[in-house]
Amino acid sequence: MNKKIGYGIVLLVALAAPLVGGYPPFLSKLLCFSLFACAFNLLIGYTGLLSFGHAAFFGTAGYAAGNALKVWGLPVELGILVGVGVAALIGLVMGGLAIRRQGIYFSMITLALAQMVYFGALRAGELTGGEDGLQGVPRGKLLGFIDLSNDTTLYYLVLAIAVGGFALILRTVHSPFGQVLKAIKENEPRAISLGYDVDKYKLLAFVLSAALAGLAGAVNTLVQGFETLTDVHWTMSGLVILMTLVGGMGTLAGPVLGAMVIIALENKLGDLGQLLAGLTHIEWFNTLGEAVNMVTGFIFVVCVLLFRRGIIGEFIARFPGNRKPA
Amino acid sequence: MDEIFGIPTAALMSQLLLGLVNGSFYAMLSLGLAVIFGLLNVINFSHGALYMMGAFLAWMGIEYFHLNYWIMLVLAPLVVGAFGIVIEKTMLRWLYKLDHLYGLLLTFGITLMVEGVFRSFYGVSGQPFSVPEQLAGATDLGFMVMPNYRAWVVLASLTVCLSTWFVIEKTKLGSYLRAGTENPKLVEAFGVNVPLMVTLTYGFGVALAGFAGVLAAPVIQVQPLMGQNLIIVVFAVVVIGGMGSILGSILTGLGLGVIEGLTKVFYPEFSSTVVFLVMVVVLLLRPAGLFGKEK
Repeated sequence: MNKKIGYGIVLLVALAAPLVGGYPPFLSKLLCFSLFACAFNLLIGYTGLLSFGHAAFFGTAGYAAGNALKVWGLPVELGILVGVGVAALIGLVMGGLAIRRQGIYFSMITLALAQMVYFGALRAGELTGGEDGLQGVPRGKLLGFIDLSNDTTLYYLVLAIAVGGFALILRTVHSPFGQVLKAIKENEPRAISLGYDVDKYKLLAFVLSAALAGLAGAVNTLVQGFETLTDVHWTMSGLVILMTLVGGMGTLAGPVLGAMVIIALENKLGDLGQLLAGLTHIEWFNTLGEAVNMVTGFIFVVCVLLFRRGIIGEFIARFPGNRKPA
Repeated sequence: MDEIFGIPTAALMSQLLLGLVNGSFYAMLSLGLAVIFGLLNVINFSHGALYMMGAFLAWMGIEYFHLNYWIMLVLAPLVVGAFGIVIEKTMLRWLYKLDHLYGLLLTFGITLMVEGVFRSFYGVSGQPFSVPEQLAGATDLGFMVMPNYRAWVVLASLTVCLSTWFVIEKTKLGSYLRAGTENPKLVEAFGVNVPLMVTLTYGFGVALAGFAGVLAAPVIQVQPLMGQNLIIVVFAVVVIGGMGSILGSILTGLGLGVIEGLTKVFYPEFSSTVVFLVMVVVLLLRPAGLFGKEK
């Protein structure tokens, strides 16, 4: 019951955010990355698979949607669907290969395959614009009559999509399918001995996660109006891991919170640096804004060493409430 | 015979040598990864960053302290190894009892930090690094002209790799190491200081990366991001070879370097992805890897 009230409050805040002065494009970006992190968490948090290649889905979906909207002139809904479809397809191939190995090898394979996708995007200049990226992706009209060039209107579309994606994840996690995934995470040999076709479940989870990451990527391109190589690069895969880790792996709300913290930090890092420089008179802090990767790395190290449960995970551990002990 | 498959022999041979040079780096790095993984169960993502650090330290030693290449070839790996020991003692140590993935994430974070620090000082442009004068020039072998430095890289890395293999497979010290890989608790019960062994192994593994970095400095641009793409290729090499066998890592690394070199001659557009393609084929045909045993 408490949970439902919680979701209601979050939804109300999200609905009200642009009305109380939130900058809609920034809020939309937050939502896209929240969805991306939730999609990633479906694998790491609920299936126990660490994918180091989720940028491949996020980025290619962005390129696919961008091309569909800009070059082929498809309507918005179809453009996003094309992105999701392409991401799911790549997910099927990548997942099919990667689940042939377990544990740490799985992560290395996804990383290597995603790097291949990156090189592909770099080479396929006519589709991706190479180093320049794909610019000027039009927003068009939703259902043919709702003009999305208004940032606030677009924000509410993004919110609807993100809520839909989140609901799908929620439903998946609590479904019998989700329970089997959890069983695989806890003890794979036992799940096999109980007669589950573990590979099939893993692959399905992988494709679902890839498709949702693709949804996030496609919508992100729509919001930004462009797509660049940054979104297919492995640093993006690292960033989504960090978001999930900071928020709390295997918690439903964690990735959302983590994504917001990390994106906000990235955007405000320059200001933070100047503030620190003003306080401490150390010149170096002024350059903090350009050292995003270094700060990201630092947060990674701190989280892994001291804060593995993440914000939400830590909260649940401190205030167990009526939850059954794990 | 001046041509093979329509390609001039000299060009083919020089690509082959270049492939062997790259293969030497793959071999040294994947060997280090395998040794570390064997004992620590950690995949060291920061291997690429420490390789870069080795190259940069060599450059700094020559630029700021006017030391020569040969001194730095010994000194830089030692410093990188010491840095690794600090990492192991202060951070990695706390993660052994947890899921392997935390080790990967921690070293990933360290990679971003190390690269970030170098980047904030030196930007992303390459630093000039000249070949040591003793190895400058080239030797005419009749069928090709061989730059001396490249020959030295292959020779030096083969020597280091094979010595490592010898120490691990044929000496008493190596037998402790192998036993520690199989069952650390039992080895500790026999009075071997396993934590110390773990620390030194990590230090040695990353020192290998540093050594590879110094060797690479004159042939590859010394810049903060030089290890980024390399480490991902090396991961693919490790997936292809499997980390179960020392000799396997060395052979896989060299072999893939050569394949990559040949691809540059015949299908240049695939040269950056051929290692990944080989990985895909191996995963389909022999999922456990060429020399691997599933853990």
